[in-house]
Amino acid sequence: MEIDPFIFRLSIFILSIFIGYYVVWSVTPSLHTPLMSVTNAISSVIIVGAIIAGLAGNSDTIFNTSSIFGFLAISLAAINIFGGFLVTQRMLAMYKKKKKDK
Amino acid sequence: MLSANLSAIFYLISGVLFILALRGLSSPETSRQGNFFGILGMIIAITVTFLSIGNFSTGFVVVLIFLLIGGLIGAFIAYKIPMTAMPELVAGFHSLVGLAAVFVAIAAFLNPEAFNLGSPGNIKLGSLIEMSIGAAVGAITFSGSIIAFLKLQGIMSGSPITFKGQHPLNALILISIIVLTYLLCSTQSSNLFWILLAVSFLIGFLLIIPIGGADMPVVISMLNSYSGWAAAGIGFTLENTALIITGALVGSSGAILSYIMCKGMNRSFFNVILGGFGATEQSGSAQNKEQRPVKSGNADDAAFLMKNASSVIIVPGYGMAVAQAQHALREMVDTLKKNDIKVSYAIHPVAGRMPGHMNVLLAEANVPYDEVFELEEINNDFANADVAFVIGANDVTNPVAKTDPQSPIYGMPVLDVEKCKSVLFVKRSLSPGYAGIDNDLFYKENTLMLFADAKKMTEDITKNL
Repeated sequence: MEIDPFIFRLSIFILSIFIGYYVVWSVTPSLHTPLMSVTNAISSVIIVGAIIAGLAGNSDTIFNTSSIFGFLAISLAAINIFGGFLVTQRMLAMYKKKKKDK
Repeated sequence: MLSANLSAIFYLISGVLFILALRGLSSPETSRQGNFFGILGMIIAITVTFLSIGNFSTGFVVVLIFLLIGGLIGAFIAYKIPMTAMPELVAGFHSLVGLAAVFVAIAAFLNPEAFNLGSPGNIKLGSLIEMSIGAAVGAITFSGSIIAFLKLQGIMSGSPITFKGQHPLNALILISIIVLTYLLCSTQSSNLFWILLAVSFLIGFLLIIPIGGADMPVVISMLNSYSGWAAAGIGFTLENTALIITGALVGSSGAILSYIMCKGMNRSFFNVILGGFGATEQSGSAQNKEQRPVKSGNADDAAFLMKNASSVIIVPGYGMAVAQAQHALREMVDTLKKNDIKVSYAIHPVAGRMPGHMNVLLAEANVPYDEVFELEEINNDFANADVAFVIGANDVTNPVAKTDPQSPIYGMPVLDVEKCKSVLFVKRSLSPGYAGIDNDLFYKENTLMLFADAKKMTEDITKNL
């Protein structure tokens, strides 16, 4: 009997929760704000779904209801991706060690 | 055109890169590299999606235009946003992830062929369940984050909004979401899909309005978690590994942060979610309103005390963020250091309006991160320090949490500020903190209250040093 592909995805999902659990506990508390902004950015990988929806129509029907929702989702996710990664970078650049010459 | 297997492998790679992005945050030195891995993972995921569809006609151009519009807006926000507004920004970003999940679910529901999920009215059962979950959680994330955003931004009052029958109503709506999902899956009716979305938007709104301003660290972390589960739900629908891995990572990340925040307040998760904290406590504190003597001083006194100290611990709180006093504070500390006074910063887990909020503000003011300590690391040092400088914090220093079992904050871990030889407490007035509890620290023999705006007081002290 064949195993349903859903079971494979579920396995990936469950194992990723455990990875997330251990990885996030090792994040230093002083970086919790960048953690939130970067998780924000990476969860916007949902954009792949939006792109599929946006490109579903052929040249006559680029703008059907489904693809319009896709296009809007692309913009929303893109705000998050660019905004999330850039603001994280901006924050991380500020974390500096004590200068030795003091 | 990329084969399905090859693109699946690339999605897996981008999932692994996202894991590395979070892993990098274990220390500030590796964090920038981590962020780079995250960006790389995202580029791979997006490129692979384009290649696997292989449609580079007019639609492709339209997609790029929308991508660019969003990207420009995002980049603009990222460069303009002041660091004090990070909580609002993150709440706002959460709402966008939620809404994007809802839109993708709608698109998939209206045009399931594009996603290989069956045909309209005859969507595969498993996909429909996953889609409904993703859409419902996304909608809750969206409306919940909007409320959190409005509260943080001050557009909406930070005090909890409660009404009679709130909890039964919420429970009823949550049950109806489950029933609607079941009916939707058995009938495939599009009307039910829209109703499900509307009800989910409503519950997100209702869940967040009773939660007070200072519980925002928990709320933001929780919504972070939801946005992850929503992404994972959509990931199952689209059978996309990158999305499933990311959703699980973000979901557990937000859950852990919520847990840390709840522990920082010694409150159970449900206690926070059910809300109303702060509103009820204020009436309780009215009974012990008898006048007690406080010692108050000015910048001159404070400067004198600190000049004669050999070590000073700074305790910043949300008030510092509101007064934008972090730069003035750093200047004061620089002057202290020139006088060979040892200075460190003590950060309570729930200081500020989001996890790690104070750390970012201090980093922005060029405070080196190895001078900043967490509660467990520094709490024993208060006994040996000469001066504790409390700026904009209140409840997190209240010794009543250790002594009075009747107090609503009893059991909450607090900074042992009272053990210092002397305490300087910058505050605008004697009014109780968010929890509505009088702070015993105000009336202690060795406490000097500095009644002023945090920024102005800090600047004045620097002048007097």
